[in-house]
Amino acid sequence: MSADRLVSGLEFLAATPLLWLSLTLGAYLVAVAVNERCNKMPLLNPTLLAIALVVVVLTVTGTSYKRYFDGAQFVHFLLGPAIVAMAIPLYRHTEMIRKSASALFAGLGIGCATAILSSVLLTRALGSGRELWLSMAPKSATAAISMAVSGKIGGVPALTAVLTISTGITGACLASYVLRLVGVKEWHARGFAMGLSSHGIATARAFQENEIAGTFAGLAMALNGIATAAFVPLIVKLLDRVG
Amino acid sequence: MSAIFLLILLQLIGESIVQVSGLPVPGAIIGLILLYAILIWRGEISDEMSRTSGFMLQNLGVLFVPAGVGVIAYLPMIATQWWIILLVLFVSVCATVAVTGLVVTRLSPRGIEAVEATAQS
Repeated sequence: MSADRLVSGLEFLAATPLLWLSLTLGAYLVAVAVNERCNKMPLLNPTLLAIALVVVVLTVTGTSYKRYFDGAQFVHFLLGPAIVAMAIPLYRHTEMIRKSASALFAGLGIGCATAILSSVLLTRALGSGRELWLSMAPKSATAAISMAVSGKIGGVPALTAVLTISTGITGACLASYVLRLVGVKEWHARGFAMGLSSHGIATARAFQENEIAGTFAGLAMALNGIATAAFVPLIVKLLDRVG
Repeated sequence: MSAIFLLILLQLIGESIVQVSGLPVPGAIIGLILLYAILIWRGEISDEMSRTSGFMLQNLGVLFVPAGVGVIAYLPMIATQWWIILLVLFVSVCATVAVTGLVVTRLSPRGIEAVEATAQS
């Protein structure tokens, strides 16, 4: 093969969406294999490992994110149908949800307030500017909602997207340890705490632990999306009045 | 095939409802509610739908990889404040997980573990 043909072949590969689609799926399979080798250690979260792998490949090959996303968007696109699919386990466990409904609503109210207040007050206490704490406030809600809320209250939606995804990864990596530390064993409570604090990425982790945990994580993610959209503007207004 | 078609179709309907009504909820959540209503109406889950949703939800983690890679493009944005952000996320996520988990456990009725055990088997 001549050098010219090799170069044009490589250019073709880099331009086809298949390459970046394959890289995304391949990186995830490697990440899952590594995670399973280490007894499914939560700290070695497959999503986090796969992201790191892809970033290394993109950096080494000098590939732009735009070019990568042209291929990877097919995976990203499936997020919507996957959320719709959560209706199946929710329907299957309706009885449990009904039985624990009052506990879930209490958890939603107190959990949502904790997520917003802890991040806003700590960010302010550490001397950060208004832009950062406003962008931080909705970080526990799923990205579509947190970005919309951030824009509405005067935050920076792109910054909120980064903070939201970082929150998801933090929760997916740490929640299991925290729940063990405070002695929460029931799957429904564990899942609900994961989905409320860290939306979809922790919900993915919860589904790997157990179907009940995943179901309640998905439920918490949906409910906290709505609660965050309602509470954040109120809390911001309140804090502005206090000064 | 019909299961994946239904999931995509319901999201499409959900997105359309959001567009028309201006509801502040993602279209996929509306699609979820619609599918739930269909399940109540039918009273059962088809094998194919059960398998399709199980497959998607077991592999949910991979769907966040493209967006996660995008975070790297914005890292310069947080470069000067990275330690504040890491500290706040660590404290806030741990506090939220602990508080929510404890509230739900303490307030759930006795015997919920028994329901969990039957649902498992």
